Amino acid sequence: MGTSWAISKRELRAYFTTPLAYVFIVIFLALNGVTAFYFGGLFDRGQADMQPLFGFLPWLYLFLIPAIAMRLWAEERKAGTLELLMTLPVSTFNAVFGKFLAAWIFAGIALALTFPVWITVNYLGDPDNGVIIASYLGGFLMAGSYLAIGGFVSSMTRNQVIAFVIGAAVIFLFMMSGLELVQSAFRGWAPDLVVDLVRSFSFLVHYDAIIRGVIDIRDMIFFVSIIGVFLFATMVVVDLKKGA
Amino acid sequence: MDRMLQIEGLTKQFSSFTAVDNISFSVNRGEVLGFLGPNGAGKTTAMRMVSGFLTPTSGTAYVGGYDVTTAPLEVKRRIGYLPEGAPLYEDMTPSELLAFISDVRGLSGAVKREAISTAASRINIEHVMHQAIGTLSKGYKRRVGIAQAILHDPEILILDEPTDGLDPNQKHEVRKLINEMAKDKAIVISTHLLDEVDTVCSRAIVIAQGKIVADGTPADLESRSELHNAVTLRLVASQADKAKGTIEAVASVDRVIELTREGDFANLTAYPKSGQVVIDEVSAALKTAEIDVLEIQAERGRLDEVFRRLTTAA
Repeated sequence: MGTSWAISKRELRAYFTTPLAYVFIVIFLALNGVTAFYFGGLFDRGQADMQPLFGFLPWLYLFLIPAIAMRLWAEERKAGTLELLMTLPVSTFNAVFGKFLAAWIFAGIALALTFPVWITVNYLGDPDNGVIIASYLGGFLMAGSYLAIGGFVSSMTRNQVIAFVIGAAVIFLFMMSGLELVQSAFRGWAPDLVVDLVRSFSFLVHYDAIIRGVIDIRDMIFFVSIIGVFLFATMVVVDLKKGA
Repeated sequence: MDRMLQIEGLTKQFSSFTAVDNISFSVNRGEVLGFLGPNGAGKTTAMRMVSGFLTPTSGTAYVGGYDVTTAPLEVKRRIGYLPEGAPLYEDMTPSELLAFISDVRGLSGAVKREAISTAASRINIEHVMHQAIGTLSKGYKRRVGIAQAILHDPEILILDEPTDGLDPNQKHEVRKLINEMAKDKAIVISTHLLDEVDTVCSRAIVIAQGKIVADGTPADLESRSELHNAVTLRLVASQADKAKGTIEAVASVDRVIELTREGDFANLTAYPKSGQVVIDEVSAALKTAEIDVLEIQAERGRLDEVFRRLTTAA
């Protein structure tokens, strides 16, 4: 665990010694502001809650999270530092988990910096803070699953642009699997069981439940499982493709 | 002898191409093994397997009794490794990088500070410790890479082209450092600089197309040279033809070649038959024929010639 943390610290430092962290955080907060206040009408709708912000979050994450995840492995592969890292006494699990953890912490920091909105709605009205806390947790878990998927795609290439595009596309499929677009494609021919199974993989279905304040342990388990499965897949790819 | 690193039947295949083909050797404490071979011969692939980066197709390497295929972490703890091209995190400073390596290797507190300052001073990078690695010259990057490999004072050092990109002074420094560390470690360096083999290595292995084609001390390899025990002499040009005839008459001399004729002087080389020592007979014959020799020397043999012959024969 100590080595995972050493790797996380190094990664986090890399975010903040390059412009990456600052650019990401500024753009993330600006877009959050635009979507929540302008499109979501956070003030105009006259309700003291953060639905407008959290409602748009999956869509912001769709292209911002792959931007963090794309560098996780592709950059190391391209720079050759993967060889440096993987010849240190570090297990593949420690390396994969340490890198993921750093990216997740960083996404968490960016999400936490939306706190002025939380203060504002509390100042203006009397929101259900339980729902808001659940929404933050839901947003954080969703960021984690996006990162696990994006990191997995990044581990398969040395090209960050490819990692970004494919990562975003895979995440998009997972998001949409609960929506009519994807569901209707299955409903015509597949048995209900399969349609429901596809629906159960949808990020939006699980996330919407959480941000409406319905905290069901199954929704939490869903996100944690997605993270687990994709981290495991990343470990397999890193092991297999080290020399490539 | 203390056997530190043992390699058994190491093989790596990439689809249908065999990069490393069943190589076996061992390295003892106090040895500096030069791993020679032309580019693409499999040196880097072999080193990557020993360091635990690549998984061998078959065979394995043992370090301190641990098998790299079954106990990779134990092996990695005991090895200091400089990958080819010294890849480093360029956005970090050497100080940050060495701190990170210490953390991963489980060094902390005073031990960590001591390890970092020792490695930095040994490799002479103290004055660039707080500059981003990406801004350093190639020579400094290489040295930071070596500092990273020796940080935990490993018993086994594997350095892939440690002096590549260094200027002659820096090369000298690194070779001196390797010689200093050689006493209580087993060191494997890959190189295609043949003078490095002479100055640093106590033993050399030549590989070509994934196979070991020679294994011996640098002197052993030199003795395989056609030039081994040949005699080169310098004399006045007007006597060159007479000298040539005289030396060719010596029974143990195979042939004489005139190397150069520059103005009033000529240089000749006499190749012996099957590596015999001929210098005494040659100089005696010349004295009898009353030919004045300005310089005469016996050749040790030339590594580059041996290298070329070994690695192109197959």
